[in-house]
Amino acid sequence: MATATFRIWRGEKGGGEFRDYSTEITDGMVVLDAVHQIQAEQTGDLSVRWNCKAGKCGSCSAEINGMPKLMCMTRLNSLPLQQPVTIEPMKTFPHIRDLVTDVSWNFRVKERIAKFKPRRPDAPDGTWRTAQVDADRVQEFRKCIECFLCQDVCHVLRDHHMHEEFIGPRFLVYTAALEMQPLDEGDRLQDLKSQFGIGLCNITKCCTKVCPENITITDNAIIPLKERVVDRYYDPLGKLFRMFSPRGT
Amino acid sequence: MAQVDVPLVRSRFGETSRADHWWVQPVAVFLGLSAFIVYSTWAALQGQHYRFGAYLSPMYSPELFGDPLHAWFGAKASWMPAWVTGAMLILWAPGGFRVTCYYYRGAYYKAFWADPPSCTVGEPRKTYLGERSFPLIIQNIHRYFMYLALAILVILARDAWDALWFDGHFGIGVGTLVLVTNVVLLSCYTFGCHSLRHLVGGIRDRISGAPVRKQAYDCVSCLNRRHMLFAWCSLFWVAFSDLYVRMCSMGVWSDWRIF
Repeated sequence: MATATFRIWRGEKGGGEFRDYSTEITDGMVVLDAVHQIQAEQTGDLSVRWNCKAGKCGSCSAEINGMPKLMCMTRLNSLPLQQPVTIEPMKTFPHIRDLVTDVSWNFRVKERIAKFKPRRPDAPDGTWRTAQVDADRVQEFRKCIECFLCQDVCHVLRDHHMHEEFIGPRFLVYTAALEMQPLDEGDRLQDLKSQFGIGLCNITKCCTKVCPENITITDNAIIPLKERVVDRYYDPLGKLFRMFSPRGT
Repeated sequence: MAQVDVPLVRSRFGETSRADHWWVQPVAVFLGLSAFIVYSTWAALQGQHYRFGAYLSPMYSPELFGDPLHAWFGAKASWMPAWVTGAMLILWAPGGFRVTCYYYRGAYYKAFWADPPSCTVGEPRKTYLGERSFPLIIQNIHRYFMYLALAILVILARDAWDALWFDGHFGIGVGTLVLVTNVVLLSCYTFGCHSLRHLVGGIRDRISGAPVRKQAYDCVSCLNRRHMLFAWCSLFWVAFSDLYVRMCSMGVWSDWRIF
């Protein structure tokens, strides 16, 4: 039976070191299987957060060979096993212990985004009518599992620690889902420009690359929001044109 | 904004746990864009050999001043400095379109500014302003360059049409195919622009009641998914088109007439 070496970050609250663990591997194993096996056989105090093991809960986010990934969705046969596989906690969030980080900042950010504000009902019975084609565009954003890998890889948060000025790709997707929602009347453009720091995104597309749900974060959410901000604040001719055009929604 | 207590541990420049060849892409982008900048600057400074028979180099189109028979405004004005060429008068428009393009921005921020060098790779600078303040806030002008790029596309399409006529007779030469391919690739790139996508449909939350707008949005979105591919193909082909016309004009290459 084959063995592979896993170089896992061990420590608490930012401190610690890499430790090597060798374990037997079998066909079909994912990184989380190997971590659980190491936890069961070699080091019972290894902390790792996980839940569904099916790529849907977004709990087991970590950095595998330097790239943010879900441990449960990273097959070992997709990694070069002739060298140790490094597994680290996400670097953008406060470290708690071993592979576990405190992602609660994300939940506080979410609370600051203006909630869904539906327009007046279309029908007397208080219901709305939405064409499928209009729902399709925002449907993609609903796939987000909030694993926060996009937040982890974003250099504005990861390298520049601008957590107070930038909400990150995850919440730009969340804002896009609300802004482009055909029933919503809320207006978040002023917040996007000032408080949410959309101008800090410099379109590296790293968030799109690491998204386990393959959401086209940059092209379908962030850039369209940037364009809406340009519409309102940086396009005088467009503004003039719209003043004399029939109002759209 | 919500605060977070993250110990400020900055990675050193180039520091990463990545085991793959992450540097290949930024180096390739750096070399590709540098090669184009060097060639187009050289070509723009030449001011000659940009026309061969019915072919006009896209770097010199539209020809505003120059050959009195073809130029829009006749011969070059006497008040213009001798070193100003026709290309210098127009290249700022397509150049501005590419410099402010969303794809190129992401690519050259990585390749030329290392901001970041690649995903999860340490950066050389501690400060970061992004595109929310001067100078990069100017990138928001992109849609205006897009309008100019659309106008230039029409002119280049006219040039491709002119390249079908040799002394008043219809014909096709290799140069014709080169210029037609140039227009096709530039169209695929320009019509896949993120700003155009926004203006034709993204600006609205509901496009179900506007079938033409919906169709246009779908077409632009389709091209937008391959925006990077067309950005590179069209960039290469513009330079090659200029090179082809230049080589033919200098007598180095012979234009082969297909019929």
